[in-house]
Amino acid sequence: MAIYVDENTPILIQGFTGRIGTFHAQEMIDYGSNVVGGITPGKGGTTHLGRPVFNTVKGAVDETGAEATIVFVPPPFAADAIMEAADAGIRYCVCITDGIPAQDMIRVKRYMRRYRKDARMRLTGPNCAGTISPGKAMLGIMPGHIYMPGRVGVIGRSGTLGYEAAEQLKTLGIGISTSVGIGGDPINGSSFRDILEDFEKDSETDAVLMIGEIGGPQEAEAAQFAKEHMSKPVIAYIAGLSAPKGRRMGHAGAIVSAFGESAAEKVEILKAAGVKICPTPADMGATVAEVVASLKKVA
Amino acid sequence: MDIHEYQAKELLSKFGVPIPRGGLAYSPEQATYRANEIGGSKWAVKAQIHSGARGKAGGIKLCRNDSELWEAADALLGKRLATVQTGPAGKIVSRLYIEEATDIDREFYLSYIMDRAAERIVVVASAAGGMDIEEISQKEPDSILKVAVDPAVGMQAFQAREIAFGLGVEPDVVQRLERVLLGAYRAFRDLDATLVEINPLVVTKDRNVVALDAKMSFDENALFRRPQVSELRDKSQEDPRETYASDRGLSYVGLDGNIGCVVNGAGLAMATLDIIKSSGGEPANFLDIGGGASPERVQKAFRAVLKDKNVKALMVNVFAGINRCDWVAKGVVEAIKDLDLKLPVVVRLAGTNVEEGRKILEQSGLQIIPADSLGDAAKKAVEAAKGNEQAAA
Repeated sequence: MAIYVDENTPILIQGFTGRIGTFHAQEMIDYGSNVVGGITPGKGGTTHLGRPVFNTVKGAVDETGAEATIVFVPPPFAADAIMEAADAGIRYCVCITDGIPAQDMIRVKRYMRRYRKDARMRLTGPNCAGTISPGKAMLGIMPGHIYMPGRVGVIGRSGTLGYEAAEQLKTLGIGISTSVGIGGDPINGSSFRDILEDFEKDSETDAVLMIGEIGGPQEAEAAQFAKEHMSKPVIAYIAGLSAPKGRRMGHAGAIVSAFGESAAEKVEILKAAGVKICPTPADMGATVAEVVASLKKVA
Repeated sequence: MDIHEYQAKELLSKFGVPIPRGGLAYSPEQATYRANEIGGSKWAVKAQIHSGARGKAGGIKLCRNDSELWEAADALLGKRLATVQTGPAGKIVSRLYIEEATDIDREFYLSYIMDRAAERIVVVASAAGGMDIEEISQKEPDSILKVAVDPAVGMQAFQAREIAFGLGVEPDVVQRLERVLLGAYRAFRDLDATLVEINPLVVTKDRNVVALDAKMSFDENALFRRPQVSELRDKSQEDPRETYASDRGLSYVGLDGNIGCVVNGAGLAMATLDIIKSSGGEPANFLDIGGGASPERVQKAFRAVLKDKNVKALMVNVFAGINRCDWVAKGVVEAIKDLDLKLPVVVRLAGTNVEEGRKILEQSGLQIIPADSLGDAAKKAVEAAKGNEQAAA
């Protein structure tokens, strides 16, 4: 059934009537996503792209039974929009917005802890390309046609690098169950580990490709999880192996930075956890193909 | 965004963090004038550059009279100061901060960071303040105190007391230290900082708690609501190539190689550097032109990359989503014509309308080297750069 979204998931668009929201809402509708309405405060009661517009997320959920939402709200107001979705009982939220202040995201994460884990909205992003279950539903801004339906799960920080992976897989005839963008911001809604956990439970996913990058603790945390809790194979590419050492101000970074934040250290940790590493970004498809082929042999 | 020491001190003092008396100087005359204005008999002349470790690099000089002040200022102003943090190129010194010397009893290290693992503001403190803090944190990690702040309620007084007693200060200065700890936290929170570092924070011989040095960096995503911070930007401290790019909405980092890169998306841009390296080449830059690769942006990107005279070949790698390949291709063709570009250009397009895009490149009559995958593009770019380098030699 893929994860987070499929052809039946009722979807809302936050920031529906704006230029960007309108463009991508239309793309999602054309792809076949079940868009049931949108939110633009002050424009409730009108119709846009043939769908009802609501003033509040709560009002939209009451009226449409929506379960998922995608946020196109500008940075100063995006954190507020995410919290509104969480409060309205939305199950899955994608935030596309790039440029949200880090402290706003700290507040969002803190706010969401008021809900029990099993009742808490899953948030992916911000600053991501969204999520797509190929052939079923698109909740994002990606070019849908490069994704082939199939049984490999994809998790990535970067949008265009995720497109690169999807195209390499398609060229080799490998399809994707769901591709999830977790975004490039330092503080994001969900980590690699969170999404791995959901792919492990998904009966339509056989293997997972994770596309990480330099910086932050989330790849190391995912390695630990893959080692201890995953029965499905995990393949990883880490961008930034040749990135220059970042210039820095002061000593704080050097004092608190843990082992596992550079690309080379991430590769080392993932390898030790039994994760298959793609040596270069041009080998993502081929490495997944190798792993998928070995799965078939076992079966 | 980084700011200077004197700016950070001014901001922190508004939040109740005591700082020594000081003033700014742009010339040796002003340096002596400031010192006399401040009074006393001993002053520190401090080079204002966006970097730590200035002391070890000779950027801070203690002076006792006008002629020493004059000499120190004259030696520093207009020079480039290289520290372990700036790299060998260093940064230009155009401002000095003249400060009264402080009689130090004890020194501490204090910083506030945005901790990605905790997803909170974390306070870091150590009784071993001063210049060797990084070494000490490696050798004795237990000597570093860390406190995470709950964003719902902010830093509490008990947390400040825990740090104060943890640092082992005498009871008579605990309250003063507590005020500094809470004030610097509020400065971090209210100004959307990503770093506040006070090193050293000192207890003076007369039992005051004073910030002897201060560094602050800020969240660029929050500058829209912090005009008082964004006006402190000093472009002279930034790489001019990066400033040129960022003024045009591009994200650019200069590197030492000869293959100029024009890519959309930070992750793909990083992957492009990786593939160039593993194909035996050296990238000249990291450049993310952002999501919407309009023809104007492509042209600006070309200009930014070509500011670097080491560039011997270009590699354009665009995976079009919202932006279509035909649109990007037009941008590439226009840029090459407008700039009358003679360097080899390898173009790899993928995604929406890729066939139309390739056709535009083909029919342009320009010497564009097409590539159909990431690996193919890197190989061709490396070859082109080598060929061009040899032709020049």
